[in-house]
Amino acid sequence: MNIIKLDRRSFVKLASVAGAGLVLGVAVPLANGKKKDAGPAAEHPLGAFVVVDTDGLVTVYVSRSDMGQGVRTSLPMIVAEELDADWKRVRIRQADLGKQFGRQGTGGSGSIRTMWKPLRTAGATARAMLVGAAAAKWGVEAKEIAVAKGVVTHGAHKATYGELAEEAAKLAVPKDVALKEPAKFTIIGKKADRLDTPDLVVGRSQYGIDVKVPGMLYAVVARSPVFDGTVTKFDATKAKQVPGVREVIKIDSIGTDLPWAGVGVVADSTWAAMKGRDALEITWDGGRAQTETTDALRTRMDELITSGSAKKTHEAGDVDAALASAARRHEARYEVPYLAHACMEPMNATASVTSDGVEIWSPTQFPDWIGGAAAKATGVAPEKVKVHVTLLGGGFGRRANPDFGLEAVMLSKAVGKPVHVQWTREDDMQHDFYRPPSVHRMSGGLDANGNLTAWHHRMSSPSIDAYFGENDPTGSEIGGIDDLRHLIPAFRLEYAHAQSSVPRGWWRSVENSGNAFVVHSFLDELAREAGRDPIEFRLAMLPAGKVVVPAEERQKDYPFSADRLRKVIEVARDKSGWTSRPPAGRARGFAAWWSFLSYAAEVVEVSMEDGRPRVHRVVAAIDCGTPVNPDGIAAQVEGGIVYGLTAALDGEITIDGGKVAQSNFHDYPLLRISEMPVVEVHIIPSTAPPTGTGEPGLPPLAPAVANAVFALTGKRLRSLPLRA
Amino acid sequence: MPTRLTINGKPATVSAAPDTPLLWILRDELTMTGTKFGCGMGLCGACTVLANGEPIRSCSTALADVAGKKITTIEGLSPDGSHPLQKAWIAENVPQCGYCQAGQIMSAAALLMKNRKPSDADIDEAMNGNLCRCGTYQRIRRAIHRAADQSPSEVQS
Repeated sequence: MNIIKLDRRSFVKLASVAGAGLVLGVAVPLANGKKKDAGPAAEHPLGAFVVVDTDGLVTVYVSRSDMGQGVRTSLPMIVAEELDADWKRVRIRQADLGKQFGRQGTGGSGSIRTMWKPLRTAGATARAMLVGAAAAKWGVEAKEIAVAKGVVTHGAHKATYGELAEEAAKLAVPKDVALKEPAKFTIIGKKADRLDTPDLVVGRSQYGIDVKVPGMLYAVVARSPVFDGTVTKFDATKAKQVPGVREVIKIDSIGTDLPWAGVGVVADSTWAAMKGRDALEITWDGGRAQTETTDALRTRMDELITSGSAKKTHEAGDVDAALASAARRHEARYEVPYLAHACMEPMNATASVTSDGVEIWSPTQFPDWIGGAAAKATGVAPEKVKVHVTLLGGGFGRRANPDFGLEAVMLSKAVGKPVHVQWTREDDMQHDFYRPPSVHRMSGGLDANGNLTAWHHRMSSPSIDAYFGENDPTGSEIGGIDDLRHLIPAFRLEYAHAQSSVPRGWWRSVENSGNAFVVHSFLDELAREAGRDPIEFRLAMLPAGKVVVPAEERQKDYPFSADRLRKVIEVARDKSGWTSRPPAGRARGFAAWWSFLSYAAEVVEVSMEDGRPRVHRVVAAIDCGTPVNPDGIAAQVEGGIVYGLTAALDGEITIDGGKVAQSNFHDYPLLRISEMPVVEVHIIPSTAPPTGTGEPGLPPLAPAVANAVFALTGKRLRSLPLRA
Repeated sequence: MPTRLTINGKPATVSAAPDTPLLWILRDELTMTGTKFGCGMGLCGACTVLANGEPIRSCSTALADVAGKKITTIEGLSPDGSHPLQKAWIAENVPQCGYCQAGQIMSAAALLMKNRKPSDADIDEAMNGNLCRCGTYQRIRRAIHRAADQSPSEVQS
């Protein structure tokens, strides 16, 4: 990683900021990631920007999208800490798409993890230069100078960062500046209020849906209800009679970037466009998906597993021998359904295509992806595509995809004016990239002492990676199950990809959302077969001191530690009062999961009300390395728990005739406040490098609830949503 | 035919057809974008505004039905963001993505106008029509209690 000083002229060109002062760019290490981290962004030596103005104001460019994780607060905290800045004088700028920022995709709970070192180094480097300027001015040793809240002092000398910024900018950039000892942190690890909230509570924040561009028209699109369908013909006569409707335009699909063929109605207002769409007459060619149903897909997955079509992906020991010699064997079949993201802000984007290029305003997690896709779709040079990232009204993985942005681009290109394309809730529910369903069959073996000795796991799902054309379908599907090979003496995992026409995508915690339910429910079954306490049984699988170094180079600094998983389990156990008797009519359930390099354990307290589980309390423990903004971490874990609880109780997308059967919140209900449990989040103190928090709180929730339902009723629920 | 109504204390005349939902008049014609679109069916509460002090779902309320009424949106809840609920939302760090929060705050404002000291059960009942996909419900409960502890005159402002 390098820190690069930008001269004022090139900086102004890059970032359109006026004024003098110290301007630093950070070369962000470019992760060599999977498809979800990828995109057309080219490498560039400059990364995130830190600017110290002559009035002492510190500006941090946030190159990640904020969909609720609070990175627009937590990323600047990292810079401010090393800079010894006055937190009250730090402001943020949302970075537009720019090569100088490196990869800008937001996902995989990776924003803090990937920006931690670059932003610390940037802050520390800027501090060293400002202190260097003071040392030169006063003729004193830099190491004798103190800094607090942007004020530099030495004996009787005193200067603000603003007063030093111009001189500091003339100094050479120091190499290898020392970073702070964690014990000296004054900003990192302390609760910080979200910088965005004051605007938000007065209705001033700008989401994608709020973008207004001069001359802009509003559009809605009628998309093929059947996946893969195309427009055979359409009659726009009646649509054009709706007052306010300007034009009606056919949109072709563009591979997985824009899988929906459709007809767009462009009008003077959103309501006119909606009424125009209602008046459209379209004949669809149903495509290949017409015969697809949820039942047929389930049958296919079961057949793939039982017919021996599943291929071995991971193995440890001899599982057949271990099962044959086991004192007890237990088998079970589990399944989880397709799920929709259901962001509160329905998909939307605004685009302006002119002879000068393409400009896009989008609530996107991946400005690089939509930028590249727009260049390709329009034939405009990539450097002539501007992407502005707005606030995102939820993301959860859905806003990685460029489809809604491409619709705006194609419509603007066709009408020659800026166009805002707005999806309805029904559009959003029925044209998602869904969390894949999966079917699992496991055989577990226990020895005479009730120890887990063997685990044979067969799984089938329509793979996300396969949907996006990857050769290996397993990369997006088996996470968390494969890790069991390090903890069980004999283990084998087999996987079979099942064909489906339904678009798949990355749903909060991706495959961990289903796999944790399957694995931790079955572990609970095995613990009970062994006559052991489920937590004690799980802890016995974690040998003290065991460490597993990930195969992926970029994750080598984040080995799996059995001790850290043990710790979160013990904290959740002790804080929940696991060994005490639960209140009358309730039972407790437990699960723990390692995902996105963080450790999470949850204990839930459940009763049954008219056959429906009611979760009263969730005690969660998370170890995400160094906590940057503890209140933000707690919020993310609370959010993961609620997202997981919706999936556990109600989440189910079904397919009939190649279409999604659900359409709005009446048939795809989300958890409401009346079912909100009391959630306690315990954060494990740590000085390890920080890891994910957006997703890791979700996976343990569903199995913990299912295990509690079993403890209460004796009934084992082996599919989601949980229906007693 | 223009329709007259009062929005945040100011008279407004709008030209949209009388069957147009109030939401789209606020957002598109008046460019008051604080009120959000979520479901179009009154199922999620993101579009909640007050009409003569009562919470309504503006996505499924036709312009004709609010003609002559006093509409309050998030932009008009207080002149400067100083309503006890707005302050409480900041203090409790309620929002995550924040998209549903204008609707949440407007529903909470209607609740506090009727019930000065709501219990958790009162809050759940009044707020059950407002969905939050980020899962901020626990903090919403806390923030409403915090705001309810302020003086009545502040809440009524």
